[in-house]
Amino acid sequence: MSQKPSKGIPSPRDSRRDFLKQSAVLTGIALTPKAAITAAENQWDEKLADAIEKIPLNIEINGIQKSLSVEPRVTLLDLLREQLNLTGTKKGCDYGQCGACTVHVNGKRVLSCLTLAVMHDGEKVTTIEGLAKGDELHPMQEAFIKHDGFQCGYCTSGQIMSAVACIREGHAGSETEIREFMSGNLCRCGAYPNIVDAIVEVKKQGKNI
Amino acid sequence: MENFFDKVAGEPIDRVDGRMKVTGKAKYAAEYELPDMAYAVLVSSSIAKGTIRRVDAKAALRAPGVLAVISHENSIKVPAHADNEHPTEPPTGGQPFRAFYNNKVYFNGQPVAVVVADTYERARHAAMLVQVEYDKEKHTTSFEENIGSARIPSQVKKNPKSSLADYDRGEVDGYKKAPVVVEAEYLLPNEMHNPMELQAITAHWTADDKLTVYDKVQGTKPTQAAFAKEWKLPVQNVKVIAEFVGGAFGNGLHQWPHETAAIIAAKMVKRPVKLMLTREQMFYMVGYRPRTWQKVAIGANPDGKIVGIRHEAIGQTSSYEDFTESVLQQTRMMYTSPNVSTRYRLLPLDVSTPIWMRGPGEATGAFALESAMDELAFKLNIDPIQLRLINHTDVDPDNGLPWSTKYLKECIQLGAEKIGWSNRSMKPGGRRSGEWLVGYGMGVGCFGAHRGAAAVRARLMANGTLQFQSAVTDIGPGTGTAMVQIASGQIGISPDKITFQLGNSDFPQAPNQGGSATVATVGSAVVAACNVLKEKLLGMAASAEKRFTDVKMEDVLFSSGQISLKNSPSVGVAYTDILKKENLPEIDIIQDSKPGTEGSKYSKYSFSVHFAEVHVHALTGRVKVNKVVSCADAGTIVNKKTAGNQIIGGVAGGIGMALQEDAVMDHRFGRYITKDFAEYHIPVHADVPHVDVIFIDKPDYIIDPMGTKGLGEIAIIGVAPAIANAIFNASGKRIRELPITVDKLV
Repeated sequence: MSQKPSKGIPSPRDSRRDFLKQSAVLTGIALTPKAAITAAENQWDEKLADAIEKIPLNIEINGIQKSLSVEPRVTLLDLLREQLNLTGTKKGCDYGQCGACTVHVNGKRVLSCLTLAVMHDGEKVTTIEGLAKGDELHPMQEAFIKHDGFQCGYCTSGQIMSAVACIREGHAGSETEIREFMSGNLCRCGAYPNIVDAIVEVKKQGKNI
Repeated sequence: MENFFDKVAGEPIDRVDGRMKVTGKAKYAAEYELPDMAYAVLVSSSIAKGTIRRVDAKAALRAPGVLAVISHENSIKVPAHADNEHPTEPPTGGQPFRAFYNNKVYFNGQPVAVVVADTYERARHAAMLVQVEYDKEKHTTSFEENIGSARIPSQVKKNPKSSLADYDRGEVDGYKKAPVVVEAEYLLPNEMHNPMELQAITAHWTADDKLTVYDKVQGTKPTQAAFAKEWKLPVQNVKVIAEFVGGAFGNGLHQWPHETAAIIAAKMVKRPVKLMLTREQMFYMVGYRPRTWQKVAIGANPDGKIVGIRHEAIGQTSSYEDFTESVLQQTRMMYTSPNVSTRYRLLPLDVSTPIWMRGPGEATGAFALESAMDELAFKLNIDPIQLRLINHTDVDPDNGLPWSTKYLKECIQLGAEKIGWSNRSMKPGGRRSGEWLVGYGMGVGCFGAHRGAAAVRARLMANGTLQFQSAVTDIGPGTGTAMVQIASGQIGISPDKITFQLGNSDFPQAPNQGGSATVATVGSAVVAACNVLKEKLLGMAASAEKRFTDVKMEDVLFSSGQISLKNSPSVGVAYTDILKKENLPEIDIIQDSKPGTEGSKYSKYSFSVHFAEVHVHALTGRVKVNKVVSCADAGTIVNKKTAGNQIIGGVAGGIGMALQEDAVMDHRFGRYITKDFAEYHIPVHADVPHVDVIFIDKPDYIIDPMGTKGLGEIAIIGVAPAIANAIFNASGKRIRELPITVDKLV
């Protein structure tokens, strides 16, 4: 299994095996042939790889500093939803086409499905769960309720995160501009006009959001 | 009957679950944290028809964290699958697809294996390692090439009196005798529901014979019944939770392969299993609005009076299930015509089964009928509004019954004023605004006003709060909010003291949320429960206040949390005092409600009229929907804010139908090439203009005690033809194939 092909570029899998061969743990196990067989049967190499291939990640999420260890292939979205139980951020396509997964990274809107978690070491992430101050809703959340800027609620987190960013970016100057700069956030229930009304109202309040 | 209308009065209160939704706390099917959760990812077939020769799972099984690779080769047997009978209540005829039952492939994208692993990433990676070998057979997926194979639906063969059967009123093809005839074919593509929430299920066997699923469905009870039947379990051993549903638009009205796959997987790995489809998989196994060919012929006299209509439709279905919908009903009842012939056929193809999509059938049929009416108006040189009024009918010509209520003429009048119909040029291309051609169009919609049976649990607590429970789901319209308002109006407790829990099969019976029937059905049970509580309160009131001894229901008022005497309102007793005096911690009841027989004397429909102002760019053919006015005759409007939103959403859906949505298949493979939002376009913010919503807001007490009629479907029915007709009025181009894209206009 661990033998390299005689020619060509070694696959990642092969290099993983080579790396593992040098690891003290596996060498120890490999001392006895019986143990080596057991290791292979139980796929210990893979299990060890699991521990070794995770990368440390220091990330601030909703004001809380987290020291995590994550696989490089984990998207920021899946980290939030599946590992941190922050399910307010939604998965609607996984291709960056629907905007449901919009979060703020260092204050700017980012599609969390299109970015790997490990790319955000040392950065600050705000999700919908971190937008309100305790029980006090963010003005955009209030406005979405007042103007009924949603129906099923599934795109709502992304719409709100995007809406806040839209104003911060200075792209909420008119209804037309809002429509343009919010067009990356899809709403299949079609609550668009109400969402625009909510953004217009928050923009008019002129608060520092 | 008590005038419920005055009490409910459409207060635009905020949604009761609004805070949950704007803070991200609302939990959808894939968002429950269970101990030892495993993740499942489906492997889909790469052929459209044939058999699976071999599933090679070796590499996948070696991948880290993989718990199982399940296919027909090693799946446990689902008890009811071998019975070869329809395991669910029939939304369709035929045999629904059975996951991992045998080696047959019926459609491309069919689940052929499921990989279960301890993390999502590991399951996803391992799913790519599964190798499947097939013995391919020649598939048939092209609608156009096979339209000659269309046949009568199996439902009609079983029941010749089915509403889907061939229908002739008056003379067969009587339209031919008329001096003026329009005749044309219309085509609607496959359209995908594409709710924002991907279809997902979390399946958990809490014991060998006890299953809990957190599922994206439109009914917890129907789903519970279906899974109980499929797994041959007592109904109470299956629990279905759907507290929040991220849109559905119909695709939660049928059980789908991924649900069974997840339940099998959970049983086999003995862990809770979470399975969420990818957006691409959403195109293959959770239903769609079927491609439908239609032909409409209308014959009329020069004065506009319709002499006859013939309307034919052929809809696509799968090779294993007959999915039917009500494409032709509007043609039978909307206009007074002595002669009407309708013909409905199905074309089975090697594709997955369609399912109702918002305004099902009717939205499809209305595109053809209302376009044809516009064509007739043009040919006769009669205003399209006038043509509708000339052929308006005050009885249902389909069955001769009077309407329970019908305010269609008022809808037309109010909507026409609001859109500025008087600006419309009778001659196409007659109005311009710079480089843009400006046109106006209208389309009429209708949908049967249904009410079913339901029950609710109501608990009036000693602290004066009122709690309801119902198994009903809410896919977005604001069910809980409407129910709280109905209860508030009925029993006189302020909305903030009322809660309405839903989306759990442990709660009392409710049907699917579908067919625009939820408010009429569940709302009626809420009213009935409130009435029982009121009787109980009045019966006990004398113990707290002597002056209520032997007082009758008609002599009292229930408001602000107390009973008072109508003729001396200062004499009152609070509900909380009554419970305290009686030493009751609560009054706890379960009350059911179903429609009476009175309704059978009437024809019951909701109506809508949609008006569109459309701009077509003279050089590029680009279309902008500039303004939409929708007027709905939907009985009592319980909450004007949420109801208005529903209409807006229907209009957005109609804009998608008219201008964007088209699931295009590459028939060499039977596979969609538009399999995500980059290729399958749905309206975005920039596509949806301001929508003016007008409600007639007059009650229909024939349907239910609140006077409501359905709303969700009529919001979209008639929108697409309104836009198509406006495009004709702007540009002179009559497009009969949706969506109306630029290439068809230049």
